[in-house]
Amino acid sequence: MESVTPPGAANSQPLAARVALSLIFKVFLMAGAVSFGGGVVAYLREYLVRASHWLSDEEFMSALEISETLPGLNSVNIAVIAGDDLRGVPGAATAVLGLMLPGAVFVMVLGILWTESRHNPLVSHFLLGIASAAVGLLLVVSLQLGRRQLLKLPDLLIVVVTFAAVSILKIPLAYVLIVVGTVSIWLYRPRPTREAAPEQLPFHRGPRHNQYRR
Amino acid sequence: MNWQLFKLGLVFMMLSVLAVGGGTAVLPEMQHATVHWFNLTDKQFRDIYSIGQVAPGPNMLMVLLIGYRVAGALGAAVVGVAFFLPDCALTLAANRLWVHFSGSPWRQSVQQGLAPLAIGLMFAGTWAIARLSLVHVSDGSPDFVAIGIATVVTAILLWRHINPGVLVLVGGTAYMLLTH
Repeated sequence: MESVTPPGAANSQPLAARVALSLIFKVFLMAGAVSFGGGVVAYLREYLVRASHWLSDEEFMSALEISETLPGLNSVNIAVIAGDDLRGVPGAATAVLGLMLPGAVFVMVLGILWTESRHNPLVSHFLLGIASAAVGLLLVVSLQLGRRQLLKLPDLLIVVVTFAAVSILKIPLAYVLIVVGTVSIWLYRPRPTREAAPEQLPFHRGPRHNQYRR
Repeated sequence: MNWQLFKLGLVFMMLSVLAVGGGTAVLPEMQHATVHWFNLTDKQFRDIYSIGQVAPGPNMLMVLLIGYRVAGALGAAVVGVAFFLPDCALTLAANRLWVHFSGSPWRQSVQQGLAPLAIGLMFAGTWAIARLSLVHVSDGSPDFVAIGIATVVTAILLWRHINPGVLVLVGGTAYMLLTH
């Protein structure tokens, strides 16, 4: 997967010149408008890979991988990457605005209606029911996304410690991220793997430094 | 007013960069910030979160409403920029630099190390919404109708994939009907 065309070098790709900003806007606007109930990432994959062939499946998965590692919403981060690959910074801005516009308008309209009717018990109970249902949804999404982590001992421990630190001990998130993040990344620090060890170990530093110098 | 806008910008910019693992991860911190710094009630935060659940698109657009409640349309605009722009800029930079790290074994370490942390934060986000909706805000006693809805939704989604947007609307309607 690492050998795929570097996304950052997209400006020089011939494809970049062909995709109009208005088309980028239209595609992301669609994804942003039809994705009721979340799952925006799946819609983006449908539109970007299957419908418009702007990204290959590998490129999409690599974009998702970057998006998951970075802070922020996966869907928005993917929009930035795909937009940037297609048309650089203007493409990224167009993609993000298109993706967010329908939901932003929707939220603002509902929010203004809510401001006027929030003392109506029916509205209030309807929203409470939504929040209750959302708890079930969040729980299932967390379980499904975390199925690998929850079944592996060091990972499970990190999950539990993180949850306890934030939800029970109420430690500010920044501290939790710094401390648990550092420990967790250190647990997964690069170590020579058994298969690669005999060859890789002596030259581990050399070639890599050369690579950076170039 | 200007001080409020400045504060909104600062708080949501901070939340933006802390959102490792997506929007849900930052919900407890966001609830704390909106309630303690912007004088929203827990119930208002919960209602705003619920409105966000029925909207299409990225699921954290409800932050705009927090800004709107605090400082009107300008507040919504400030929050929108503060919450989304830093992450977009980071992603843009990473997209251009990622290839330089592709050979680095540390890239894999960061990815693997952050994964369980992100999952823990998602459970914390789930817990935050559960605390707001599954117990009565007034006295902290369990709200069995709400717990029932959450349980049924969990069971249905574990059983098969149904559009969560539909389930969420059904949940809202069910609660409305069952409590009247």
